[in-house]
Amino acid sequence: MIDPIILFFIFGFLASLFRSDLKIPPAIYDLLSILLLITIGMKGGVELAKQPFISLLPQIGVVLLIGFVIPLVLSPVLRQLGKFKREDAASIAAHYGSVSVGTFAVAIAFMENNSIEYEAHLPVFVVMLEIPAIIVGILLAKGIQANMAWGKISHEIFLGKGVVLLIGGLAIGWIAGPDGITKIKPLFFDLFTGILALFLLEMGLITARQLSSLKNYGFFLVGFGIIVPVLMAIGGVWVGLAMGLSVGGATVLGTLTASASYIAVPAAMRISVPSANPTLSLTASLGITFPFNVLVGIPIYYQIAKLMQG
Amino acid sequence: MSTEKELITIITEAVLETELCKKIEQLGATGYTVIDVRGKGHTGNRGGDWKESANIQIEVVCNAHLAEVITHTLETNYFDDYAMIVYRSPVTVLRSDKF
Repeated sequence: MIDPIILFFIFGFLASLFRSDLKIPPAIYDLLSILLLITIGMKGGVELAKQPFISLLPQIGVVLLIGFVIPLVLSPVLRQLGKFKREDAASIAAHYGSVSVGTFAVAIAFMENNSIEYEAHLPVFVVMLEIPAIIVGILLAKGIQANMAWGKISHEIFLGKGVVLLIGGLAIGWIAGPDGITKIKPLFFDLFTGILALFLLEMGLITARQLSSLKNYGFFLVGFGIIVPVLMAIGGVWVGLAMGLSVGGATVLGTLTASASYIAVPAAMRISVPSANPTLSLTASLGITFPFNVLVGIPIYYQIAKLMQG
Repeated sequence: MSTEKELITIITEAVLETELCKKIEQLGATGYTVIDVRGKGHTGNRGGDWKESANIQIEVVCNAHLAEVITHTLETNYFDDYAMIVYRSPVTVLRSDKF
């Protein structure tokens, strides 16, 4: 059975492909993403309230490490095999090292739709994976320079809308706890899937618009945008199982490592590494990897996790 | 009482808003106006329906000397790497003490 939220994505994609004038107003899209990010944050926060934070520290450490390692591995691959210039390789690597919250939300919906158990503290990992890749990406692009505007860069990284909303939601969920949160449950938790469906409709519209730039950048990006997520998912699932996550939890972690950012990283890279071509990385992450993960990736990663669990 | 001033119009990527506004103030402008815009140009269609493809238009009214300084700063720092259109036009302003 295909999840209706996926149909919303395909619907948006087709509407845009056939040049319908359908548009989600920017303010509504902003509201949808605010609701998604806060809800995901709160889900993690509520879970943190139930178990001692200290017991999660080893896992958090491992996940942070993944965030640093992925761009370090990908950047040389992009330079050698893709023949990209240094800044572009670093920028694309940073996009893939960071995560897509939209993809995460679809993975969570997949778990719930198929009644698969997963660890409820996974949203904490989203925050942890969001940040390191940006720092590594900037360093890879520019090297260590004495005159780096770290104030500006760290403002961009830690106070970007996505990170602020996730951490805000996390804190609210943590402080309010499972009982306190029930009052606002109808808007944030009960409507989550509906909000996600509308969000994916807009993502479909945006994705279809990336296709025109795909023609200019050709096969390498298409291959990269599909093969790399699968490899990173395998790695993510393996690490997830190794650190004791359930099959569902490892699948979600694999999906996170497979996903590529299209909000936080593009903005940070545009400001910090202006000479990197933003169309390259956005085409790959939004035009190829996002639809791939959402449409076929997540179920595959679940099968991989089941196989590896043995 | 009216005076001749210059209007600088900058059309560029929304991601630059904070940085540019700060810079314009530092260079000595007394104020600016920012508008969300959309359109099409050299770098393709800027639909403006989500942040990464959104454009803004910044307008600054100032004297000719400052207009020269601001446009020169933009030229040296941003023209190479960002989608940016800049033009200047003479304007007649009322309450010239505001600029």
